[in-house]
Amino acid sequence: MVSGKSDKVFNAFIYTILLVVAVTAIFPLLYVVSMSLTPYSEVIKHGGFIIIPKKISFEAYERIFSDPALGRSMLVTVFVTVIGTLINIILTTLAAYPLSRKNLPGRSFFLLFIIITMLFNGGLIPTYLIVQSLGMLNTVWSLIVPGAIATFNVLILKSFLESLPEELFESARIDGAKEFRVLWQIALPLSVPSMMTVGLFYMVGHWNSFFSAVLYITDTKLYPLQVIIRNMLLLTQSSELQAEVTVPTAAMQMAAVIAGSLPIIAVYPFIQKHFTKGMLLGAIKG
Amino acid sequence: MEQPIAVSATTKAQAHSSRLRRTMADVWKMRTLYIMLLPCLVWYFIFKYLPMYGVIISFKDYNFSDGILHSPWADPWYKYFEMFFQSPYFSQLLGNTLLISVYKLLFGMLPSILLAILFHECRISWLKRWVQTLSYMPHFLSWIVIYGISIAFLSETTGLLNRWITDMGGSAIPFLNGVEWFRSVLVSTEIWKDLGWGAIIYLAAISSIDPTLYEAAKVDGASRLRMIWHITLPGIRNVIVLLLILRIGSILDAGFEQVFVFYHQRVYEVGDIIDTWVYRTGLQQMNFSLGATVGLFKSAIGFILVFGTNKLAKRWGESIW
Repeated sequence: MVSGKSDKVFNAFIYTILLVVAVTAIFPLLYVVSMSLTPYSEVIKHGGFIIIPKKISFEAYERIFSDPALGRSMLVTVFVTVIGTLINIILTTLAAYPLSRKNLPGRSFFLLFIIITMLFNGGLIPTYLIVQSLGMLNTVWSLIVPGAIATFNVLILKSFLESLPEELFESARIDGAKEFRVLWQIALPLSVPSMMTVGLFYMVGHWNSFFSAVLYITDTKLYPLQVIIRNMLLLTQSSELQAEVTVPTAAMQMAAVIAGSLPIIAVYPFIQKHFTKGMLLGAIKG
Repeated sequence: MEQPIAVSATTKAQAHSSRLRRTMADVWKMRTLYIMLLPCLVWYFIFKYLPMYGVIISFKDYNFSDGILHSPWADPWYKYFEMFFQSPYFSQLLGNTLLISVYKLLFGMLPSILLAILFHECRISWLKRWVQTLSYMPHFLSWIVIYGISIAFLSETTGLLNRWITDMGGSAIPFLNGVEWFRSVLVSTEIWKDLGWGAIIYLAAISSIDPTLYEAAKVDGASRLRMIWHITLPGIRNVIVLLLILRIGSILDAGFEQVFVFYHQRVYEVGDIIDTWVYRTGLQQMNFSLGATVGLFKSAIGFILVFGTNKLAKRWGESIW
C-alpha cells in the first residue's frame, strides 16, 4: 500500500526529530557533569575538556564545598524553599478554594481584584519601597513574603477545584461539615495532583530565585545558593586563579552549576507525572 | 389610577429588599469562605496595590526622608517622563527590548507548536513520554545554571563549541562577550529552556480536538500532513491567538532575569533592556522617581497592548474575553 510506505517515512521523520529534541535537552547537562569530574591531568593531556574523560575526580566538589559560603547559602536556600513553599501552598489554597465556589457573593469582584495584578503592576521601584518600609530588607522574609502568592497558580488550583463534582461538597455540607473541614477532608485529598504541580512551581521558584536576593539582600551571610553560584561563575571567569590548582577552574564552576540544579533534577521526575496538561490551559482561559 | 403604580413600586421595593436580605444571608452563611480569603486579599493589597499607588512617585521628587506620601511634587509634573524620553538611552533601550522580545516571540512560539504536533503524531507512547519528560526539564533550571551551561559550551577558552571550531581550523568566537552574538545567545538559550515547556499548552489544546474529525478524514483518504493542516492547526488556532495576545502584551518584558545574568558592560549597546536600566538607574543609583517613571511607562504600554491586540483579535473572531 502506497499510504503505508509514506506513513513509515513520516513516522521515521517524527521519531528522528523527537530524538534530536531529547538529546538537545539532556546532553548539555551530561557534558556539564562530565566537565565537573574532569581532573587537571586529563585537561592537560587532551589540551582541553573532552566529552568523556578517562579519569574522573571529585576534587572539584570537595573544593567548592570546603568554602563555608556555599554551605551557608544552601542553608538559606533550603530554609526559604521549605518555609516559602509551605506559606505559598497555604495561601494559594485559601485563595483558590473560596474563589472556586461559584455561588460566593462577590466572587467576580474578587477574581477581578487578583487578575488585574497580572495585567498591571507597580513595577520594581515601588515594590522595593514597600518591602523597604516593611523593614524586610536584609531578612530572609524579603525572599519569601513578597512572592507569597502567584496569581497564575491560584488560577490553576481554582480551575481544578471547579472541575470537581459539586455534589461531593454539597453532601458533606448537608452532613453538617464546616467549610474548613470540607476543604481539608474532601477538596484537598482530591486535588493532590494539582497541589503537587503548583507546589513544584513554587518550590522551583524558590530554589532558583536569585533576583529578590539581588534586590533586597546586601548582607552576604544571607545570600542564597544561586547568588553564590553566580559569584563563582563571574569571579573565576575574570581572575585567572588557575596557577597552583590541581582542579581546573571550569570544573569547579561546573560542580557549582550541578550543585545548583541537582535537587531540582532529582525531584522533577517524580512530580512531572502529575502535570495535568489541561490544567494549565484551564488556568489561562479562566 | 394611582393604585397599581404604587403597588408595583412597593412590591419592587419589597423584592429588592428581600433580595438584598437573601444576599446578606448568603454572605453570612459563607462567612468562613471570606475568612479564608482575607489573608490573601490583604497580601494582594500590600504587595500589589500599594506599589501601584507608589507609582505616584513618578510625578514627585522622591526622597528618603519624606517618603512616598510627603515628597514634593515634581515641577513640571512630567519632569521624569521628559527626562527619560529625551535621554540618549531611550531609543537604544526601547530598540533592544523590542528586538530581543520579538526574536524570542518569533523563534520561540513556532518550534513549540511544531513540537506539540510531533508529540501528537508520535505513535510510540514510551518514546513520546520520555521525550516529553526530558524536554520539559530545562524549564526548571535557573538562569544562573543555564549561564553556567553556556560557559561550558560557548566560553572563548574552554567552551566545547569553540574547541570544535578551533579544531577545524577556525578562530574562537566570543559568543558570550561579543556584541554580534549576544542577542542570538539570549534567544537560543531561551529556546533551549522553554521549547518543550511551551509545547505543553498546544498539546493540551490538540488533545481536546474531537477525534471523530480525524477518523472522518481518514475514511476520506486524507494524508497525515493534510490532517495536520486542516484539522490540528485550525483546532488550536484560538490557543495560538490567545498566547500571541498575552505575549504581545508583555512585549516590553524581554526577560529581565536572563539578561541580568548574561549581560555585562561591554554588551550594553545590544543587550541593555528597559528593566535592567531601571534596576541600575533606579535602584543602584537611587533615582527612584526616574526608575518608577520608566516602570510606569512599561506597565502602561503593556496594558494598552493587551487591550489593543484583544480588540484586533475580536475582529478576527477570537479573543480572551
